[in-house]
Amino acid sequence: MSLYRPHKKGTTPSGYRGTVVARERDFTAPTVQLLNPAGVLRPTPEAEPYLPLVEALPDTTLEQFYRDMAISRRIDIAGANLQRQGQLALWVPSHGQEAAQVGSARAARAQDHIFPSYREHIVGMIRGLDPVNILSLLRGATLGGWNPAENGNFHLYTLVLASQTLHATGYAMGIQFDGSVGTGDPETDAAVLVYYGDGSTSQGDANEALVFASSYQTPQVFFIQNNQWAISVPVSRQSRSPLSLRGSGFGMPGVRIDGNDVLVSYAVTRQSLEEARSGAGPSLIEAVTYRMGAHTTADDPTKYRTDAEVAYWAERDPITRYRTWLEGRGASPAFFDEVDAEAADVAADLRRRALSLTAPTREKIFAHVYSEPHPLMAEELAWLDAYESGFEGGAA
Amino acid sequence: MSARTEEEQAVAETIELADAASVSASVAEPAQRDARDEHAEQGMRGVQTLSMAKAINAGLREALRADEKVILMGEDIGPLGGVFRVTEGLSAELGERRVLDTPLAESGIVGTAIGLAMRGYRPVIEIQFDGFIFPGFDQITTQLARLTVRHDGAISMPVVIRVPYGGHIGSIEHHQESPEAYFAHTPGLRVVSPSSPHDAYWMIQEAIASNDPVLFFEPKSRYWPKGPVDQDHSGVPLHASRVIRQGTDVTVVGHGAMISTLLQAADIAAEEGMSLEVVDLRSLSPIDYGPLLDSVQRTGRLVVAQEAYGFVSVGSEIAATVAERAFYSLEAPVLRVSGFDTPFPPAALETEYLPSPDRVLEAVDRALGY
Repeated sequence: MSLYRPHKKGTTPSGYRGTVVARERDFTAPTVQLLNPAGVLRPTPEAEPYLPLVEALPDTTLEQFYRDMAISRRIDIAGANLQRQGQLALWVPSHGQEAAQVGSARAARAQDHIFPSYREHIVGMIRGLDPVNILSLLRGATLGGWNPAENGNFHLYTLVLASQTLHATGYAMGIQFDGSVGTGDPETDAAVLVYYGDGSTSQGDANEALVFASSYQTPQVFFIQNNQWAISVPVSRQSRSPLSLRGSGFGMPGVRIDGNDVLVSYAVTRQSLEEARSGAGPSLIEAVTYRMGAHTTADDPTKYRTDAEVAYWAERDPITRYRTWLEGRGASPAFFDEVDAEAADVAADLRRRALSLTAPTREKIFAHVYSEPHPLMAEELAWLDAYESGFEGGAA
Repeated sequence: MSARTEEEQAVAETIELADAASVSASVAEPAQRDARDEHAEQGMRGVQTLSMAKAINAGLREALRADEKVILMGEDIGPLGGVFRVTEGLSAELGERRVLDTPLAESGIVGTAIGLAMRGYRPVIEIQFDGFIFPGFDQITTQLARLTVRHDGAISMPVVIRVPYGGHIGSIEHHQESPEAYFAHTPGLRVVSPSSPHDAYWMIQEAIASNDPVLFFEPKSRYWPKGPVDQDHSGVPLHASRVIRQGTDVTVVGHGAMISTLLQAADIAAEEGMSLEVVDLRSLSPIDYGPLLDSVQRTGRLVVAQEAYGFVSVGSEIAATVAERAFYSLEAPVLRVSGFDTPFPPAALETEYLPSPDRVLEAVDRALGY
């Protein structure tokens, strides 16, 4: 007799007539917002605790947020044009994500360390990085482009998705081991801010970083820019629940914010970094935003998303809403004209300098592959030099 | 290193011979007791007879004591002392902040070690078994190996990854592999493998002192046999191959546990009237070709032995390079003896799979047949 007996529908092999309970599978998280899309400061209930952080900001800082966002958008245009003209291999636009980036970057202190993904150009500039270094990378003149120690602790771009989340966590472990956390000294207690995207949240490294951060209680903030699309794949393919809920699963707070609201981006990141510096451990922020442009200049977003969707997000533009709010507080037309002119100057200057970037020499292939002498590097450079010099007009 | 007295030089040479002998013997005679007593009087540590596991343990302890930026990271390396007990006692002596029992995630271990190195630490990672390094492969090859060049040399990556590797221990799948070629193929990494306790003691300290990432492959079947370790005199730089046994007819070269096999083959060959010269590579990236080419120029014949798959292997690289650089000295093609190009088989078949002294001698016979 066969041991296998097909069972009737609705019963188990043992004959148990159970009912399948449809458990709740819709997960939600409130979106924390201070400034609504119409440009009105109307905190959601969850945003109330963050309001004092914004109210404490002087006008000059509030104006700086606008200036940063305007420059970011203007540089985006310059970068895309340079790529179209064959001056860059690639441009990575951030149009639409300015509030998420500017608010969070301005929340960091000088001693903090920032680990970007590869789209955070304005974050680098806020930390003091000359953006021509980013163009040098995207032009194919360098593999890195800058020394973080000389550029506001803004680390190199990382193209392998989520790799930097682990580097950031290790760095934060080092801060913890060095005792540079929780001393109460606001000038030395440090934290790490790491950027990644909705697509990267699916990578193993992003999840392992959350495990290690939680395990070692690192002084660290995970900042996810959920721009809805990983090239052509929507965020629904990465996660069935809000990405902010990834925090609690790993034992840390997670907050979902309106990523197109620069004020909430600043306030929540500020609070999270201060908690991290105080020794309270890591936390996670999901900034819900939208990539208005292509993933990179190699992409055609009309193939995978609708005009209606883009129009919906255009209504929620981070710069327009913030300008409306500033105008309501009495910012003069002259201020906006001045910022626009400054942004145009920065972009034009950047373009000029990008065009005058020189190509590296062949020594760069071999230099610094190792920190210490390595026989193959020396042999192969010598061979290449001799080979090149064998051609007519070749360099000696 | 300070200049040696004649007496010290004599002691060191004797140890070198005893060290070579220990690779094939299970327990070496502690021949240097007198010297050890004298060293103790001079405040030196002298020569101890240690297993490779204990020698690496002692080397790690030295490095941890010498530099507080040195930290150990790995799975079960704390109170347990690692599955091979290589880190035994280190957590108790130096604390859990210096010897980190990490979450069980190899990519996480390597990736956070990179961040710690950026912060100024010198992490020494233990991968539990050879076959478990692959979850960390991406961080090792796309990040660790490249971050120095990506920073134009502004930072270095002093990370050591210790990997117990190789067969001969009758274990289950993923526990007996030899993945060193993947890493030797990757620019930016250094790859070494000691064959004796003395080499292991010094090379682990040299690896930790290196500002470049080092893959440190530990032949796990050699963890237990003992040999002399001179803790006062190194003479073992990180990337120096050496002739471990002199001979005249055929050169045989290998690394790690294979050195023991080659020395056994040389003993058998000697009984048959053949003289094999045995070269221990010690370093797989870069490869120190000097002693090897000198040897081949004398013998005219070379057999390369390795546990790893032969196809696209370190042995293939050596065969190609020796053919290029010593073509007119060669009396026969360079022959390779390797693991077969299959997954490491069930352990019941490992003696068929792994290069044995007989398989080395079969290749030696073929080399002599030309």
